[in-house]
Amino acid sequence: MELLKKVEATKEAKPVANKIKLGHVHLSGCTGCLVSVADNYQGFLKILDDYADLVYCLTLADVRHIPEMDVALVEGSVCIQDRESVEDIKETRKKSRIVVALGSCASYGNITRFCRGGQHNHPQHESYLPIGDLIDVDVYIPGCPPSPELIRNVAIMAYLLLEGNEEQKDLAGRYLKPLMDLAKRGTTGCFCDLMDDVINQGLCIGCGICAASCPVRAITHEFGKPQGDLNLCIKCGSCYGACPRSFFNPDVISEFESINEIIAGALKEGEKDD
Amino acid sequence: MIEDPYLGKYVTCVSARSTDKEILKKAQDGGIATALMVYALEQGIIDGAIVAGKGDLPWKPRPFVAMSREDILKAQRAKYNISPQISWLKEATRSFGLDKVGITGVCCQMQAVRKAQLYPINMRDVPGKVAFAVGLFCMVNFPYDSIQALVEDHANQSLSSVKKMEFGKGKFFVHTERGNVATVPLKETHKYEQPGCHVCLDYVSNLADISTGSVGSPGGWSTVFIRTKVGNEIWSKAVAEGLFETKPIEEVKPGLGIVKKLAKEKIDKNRKTLEERRNFGVNKALRDPYA
Repeated sequence: MELLKKVEATKEAKPVANKIKLGHVHLSGCTGCLVSVADNYQGFLKILDDYADLVYCLTLADVRHIPEMDVALVEGSVCIQDRESVEDIKETRKKSRIVVALGSCASYGNITRFCRGGQHNHPQHESYLPIGDLIDVDVYIPGCPPSPELIRNVAIMAYLLLEGNEEQKDLAGRYLKPLMDLAKRGTTGCFCDLMDDVINQGLCIGCGICAASCPVRAITHEFGKPQGDLNLCIKCGSCYGACPRSFFNPDVISEFESINEIIAGALKEGEKDD
Repeated sequence: MIEDPYLGKYVTCVSARSTDKEILKKAQDGGIATALMVYALEQGIIDGAIVAGKGDLPWKPRPFVAMSREDILKAQRAKYNISPQISWLKEATRSFGLDKVGITGVCCQMQAVRKAQLYPINMRDVPGKVAFAVGLFCMVNFPYDSIQALVEDHANQSLSSVKKMEFGKGKFFVHTERGNVATVPLKETHKYEQPGCHVCLDYVSNLADISTGSVGSPGGWSTVFIRTKVGNEIWSKAVAEGLFETKPIEEVKPGLGIVKKLAKEKIDKNRKTLEERRNFGVNKALRDPYA
């Protein structure tokens, strides 16, 4: 009896009314991005408990058709020879308030840019495009795979943007702006962006973060500046995204301590009820 | 918390020097960055620190993950040329298996670290593992070949004979092992600067947990800004344990005024550069990294 009462009480205490609807749309990708989402561990459960309902996700939710969503996280690129994938991405755009390109395949094509077809069953499947080539995308989360922490930050900021008070909406808007600007900037990303927009512009400071962010170790430093091995580059766009000279919003980044506290607080809130 | 448009946010500012004889002997100034990292390592606040260690050529730094007091001491003294420190940030948590990473660096490197913490693009496990960041004051940085030209062509010294390099009082000083001091007027060094530094809007490492530099304090001492909760906690403990001699910044000469003056000079000049970039060519602007 005691236990039942406790379960009932917990149910009522949870703020379910203002949860946002979150979906994960899986196109041509390796599921690494979804693993990254799940790698937030308790943090992900906390997000699902208090802030978001997972209304669509091939591997985690038993829903067959793309429903109405507040935030759609799209993983993978679109095979344009596959009618169903093309329909899926169009429907996702139609039914979502915010479309997020989750990971580098959705943002920039990434490794799927190198596909040449020839797979069993569908040898004719050969052209894979980042989702931004087919629909308007609101937010990019580059990375191969994107880091769990960035997905968590974006999820919490998206919640604050849709459901928060004025102050929180303002912060979330300022936080998400650079990732929205990346979405407007284009659908290709590789070491060349670093060359064109940072090194050739005389902005590089040789700090080395591009090399740290490269998942295939294609970047070394020569004469104090990054040198990319274009044969290794998989076009994930991470180096450009990570560079402090690609975007740097001082008003948000200099608040790093309090923003980290807000995020930590948001992930702890539910615990007090238990 | 004090907020200054040029000096950033900080809890307190003091003048200090390390009480460790071995650290002081080879210190650039007060040995603050070295002593703090050694303390953090010995207290278990960090498991290791990314520092600018010795490279394959004299005075060419190489980013290096130091896991002992000896390692950290090897990285002492300012090199004034580029060390891609942050390239080890993720690697330190992987190959070296560090759960708590310490990092020292100049202003732009602190910017890279904080951006990686808030926008961890392909930086899995990094945001929560940066345990302690010590920033250095930085007016401008040089490519290695620039330092070579300044020391060998302008100051007429062999790089391998140099004991210490220093910027101050309108001059670039080159101290050699045999006691010679050669100087180069500051205005001759300007053309050798790294262009990327000319849009930097930070002089005193605003985003570090603790930032330090010689400017503002007497010779052999350093000016120290304590900026974050993490920094404040580590600093208070280290001072309580007698690791540093401190003096209120108001009581030392030349004091905070000169720090503010230089910060203003750098930032105002670089704001002008940003403005000029907008009108660089004919109807063609250069990128503004802050827009």
